Amino acid sequence: MNRVLALAALTAGLIGAQEPNFQNPNFQNPNFQNIEEHILPVQGSVYMLVGAGGNTTLQVGKDGVLLVDTQFATLAPKIMAAVRTLSAMPVRYIINTNVHGEHTGGNGAIAKLGGEGAIPRIIANDHVLNRMTAPPAAGQVAVPESDWPNDEYFTPTKDFFFNGEAVVVYHMPAAHTDGDSIVFFRRSDVISTGDIFTPETYPVIDMTRGGSVQGIIDALNRIIELTVPAKYQEGGTYVIPGHGRLCEEADVVEYRDMVTIIRDRIQDLIRKGKTLDEVRAARPTLDYDTQYGGGATGPGTERFVEAVYRSLGGK
Amino acid sequence: MARVKRHPVICVLFSMGMAFATAPAFAQVDFTGEWNPLYHEDGPERLPGPELGDYTELPINNAARMRADSYDADRISVVPEYQCRPHGVDYSMRGLGNLRIWREFDTATQKLIAFHTHLLAWDSERTIYMDGRPHPPAYADHTWQGFSTGVWEGNMLTITTTHMKTNYLRRNGVPRSDKATLTEHWMRHGDYLTVVTVIDDPVFLTEPLVRSDNWFLDPGQGIGVFGCESEPEVPRPTGTVPHHLPGTNPFLTEFARWYGLPEDAVRGGAETLYPEYKSKIKPYNPPAKCERYCTCTTLFNCNVSSR
Repeated sequence: MNRVLALAALTAGLIGAQEPNFQNPNFQNPNFQNIEEHILPVQGSVYMLVGAGGNTTLQVGKDGVLLVDTQFATLAPKIMAAVRTLSAMPVRYIINTNVHGEHTGGNGAIAKLGGEGAIPRIIANDHVLNRMTAPPAAGQVAVPESDWPNDEYFTPTKDFFFNGEAVVVYHMPAAHTDGDSIVFFRRSDVISTGDIFTPETYPVIDMTRGGSVQGIIDALNRIIELTVPAKYQEGGTYVIPGHGRLCEEADVVEYRDMVTIIRDRIQDLIRKGKTLDEVRAARPTLDYDTQYGGGATGPGTERFVEAVYRSLGGK
Repeated sequence: MARVKRHPVICVLFSMGMAFATAPAFAQVDFTGEWNPLYHEDGPERLPGPELGDYTELPINNAARMRADSYDADRISVVPEYQCRPHGVDYSMRGLGNLRIWREFDTATQKLIAFHTHLLAWDSERTIYMDGRPHPPAYADHTWQGFSTGVWEGNMLTITTTHMKTNYLRRNGVPRSDKATLTEHWMRHGDYLTVVTVIDDPVFLTEPLVRSDNWFLDPGQGIGVFGCESEPEVPRPTGTVPHHLPGTNPFLTEFARWYGLPEDAVRGGAETLYPEYKSKIKPYNPPAKCERYCTCTTLFNCNVSSR
C-alpha cells in the first residue's frame, strides 16, 4: 500500500472530502467540527448512532462491540467515545453495507481505536473489496488499506453468532451499488439496511458501481419480507436506514411504493419513446419531490430521474 | 414505645396540608370518561368513506393532488401490509371514534403526568404528556399516534403532536406526510366535547388544514375489541403496488358529475376554501333528486345507492 496515497486520503478526509471517488453524492462535505454523535437505543442489544455520513448501527454485549458502517475517519474518536458510554469491550466486528466513503471511511481509524490489540474483522461483500482495491481513476485517491474489508463474502448470505444472537448479512445485488449488504440482528429484531433505504431522500442509484432501480426495489421487498410488525403495523422489527430516522416496516412499505410507482411511470414513458429531457419535463416524480428530492429541481430529483431512466434502458 | 407529643404548630401545618391536598390538582376541565362520537360534520366522508377524486375543502398542493390521483384502493386489499394499517392520529378521531379518556397522576406528587385515550378504530391508544417533557429528536421513530404534549390555555387543552408516520388527510389517497405537525384544541361544554384539529404539512399543504369533531358524554358506552389480522387472499407477484399511471385514473370525474359540481372546484387547493372562489365558478346545480348518502347520520343508515 502506498503510504503517501493513504495519507493523502486521510488528509482529504480531515478537510471533508475524503475518498471522493467513493462518495455518495447526497452526503458530501459535512462540517465535521460541529458533528455530535447521538445514541438512540433501538431494541435488544442494538443502538443507532447518528452523526455525519451514514447511520452507524451498534450492537454491544458480552462478546464485544459490533459496528455496521463507520461514517468518516475524522469522526472515529467521537464514535468511539459514544461507544464507550455503552461498552468497554473491544470492537470485534465492523460490517460495511456498501463501498461509499461515508459508510467505510472510519474503518481503519475505529479498528485502531477500538480493537485494543486485536484487529476487528471488517465484513463486506466482495464487490466492496474489489472496488476499494482497484487502482484509482485519474485525479482520485486510493482507499487506505486499513479501511479495506478483511473478511469479504461472496455468497448470498453470511451469518455468525455474536453477543447472544444470530447476525445475518444478506447481499442485495445490483441495488444502491453491486456490493450492498443488509444486516439482520435476529434476537434483537433489528435490520440495518445501508443506503438501499434512506427514508428522507430518493435512493442514490450508483450505476457506475453496479446499482439499478430494480435492484433497489427487489432489496426493499426483501426487507419487507424479513420485517414482522407487531400489532396494527407498528413496532416489531425495527429498521435502521442508511441515512435518516429510525423506521419500521410501514416506513419501508411507503418507500418501496414510491420507488415502484416512479419506476412504473418512467418505464411507461420510455415505452412511449420519450427522451430523458421529455421524461423530466413530464414530471413523473412531482408528487414525491418535496418529500424526497429537495423540490422539483433539487439535485436529488434530477439525479434520481436520470438514474431510473438509464437503469431501465432509456437512451 | 415513645409517646408522640403533639404540638399545636404541627397540627396547624398538618391541617393546612390537608386543605391543600384536597384542593383540585389543577383548575382546568376534566375530560375523563366515555365519549360517543357525533357524525353531523362531514358524515359521508367519515363513515361510508370519501368519494374518489373528492379533494374539496383541502388546501393541498399539486404534489398531494397527483399522489391522490394515482391512488388505487386495491392497495388495501392486495398488499398485506396495508390491511391492518390504522388511521393516523390526525384522522383517527374522525373514524370509528368511540373514545375513552383517562388521566395518569404521579403518586408521590399528585401532579398530572398524562392523558391517555383509547379509540375503537384499531384499538388506537395514545398518550398526551402534560409534564413538560420535550419531544424526541428528529431521528427517533415515528408512530401512527405520534408523540403528543399538552398545555392548558384557560379551560382549553392545546396539544402538539409530532413524529407521525405518513398517512392520509382523506381516505381516498390524499396524503399527509411524516413531516407534519398536528395541533389540537380540546374544549368541553357540559356533556359535549369539541376537538379542533390544525394540520401543518410543509410537504402537501399550502396552508393549515382546520377541522373539528364532536362527542357527547356516554358513561354507559362499551368499547369492543377492534381486531385485525392481515391475511393475503389475492395471489399477486411480490412487490405489487396497485396505482394509476398519470392521466389514466377513470374515477376522478365521478364525484363532480354525481353532485353537479365544477371539476376544478373538487380538485381542492387553498383558493377553493374561501367565499371569493364562488365568483370564479358557475352556479351550483345540485342533482334533481338526492341519490347518494342522503340520510347519512350514523355508520349504518347511509343511503349508498349505486349509480
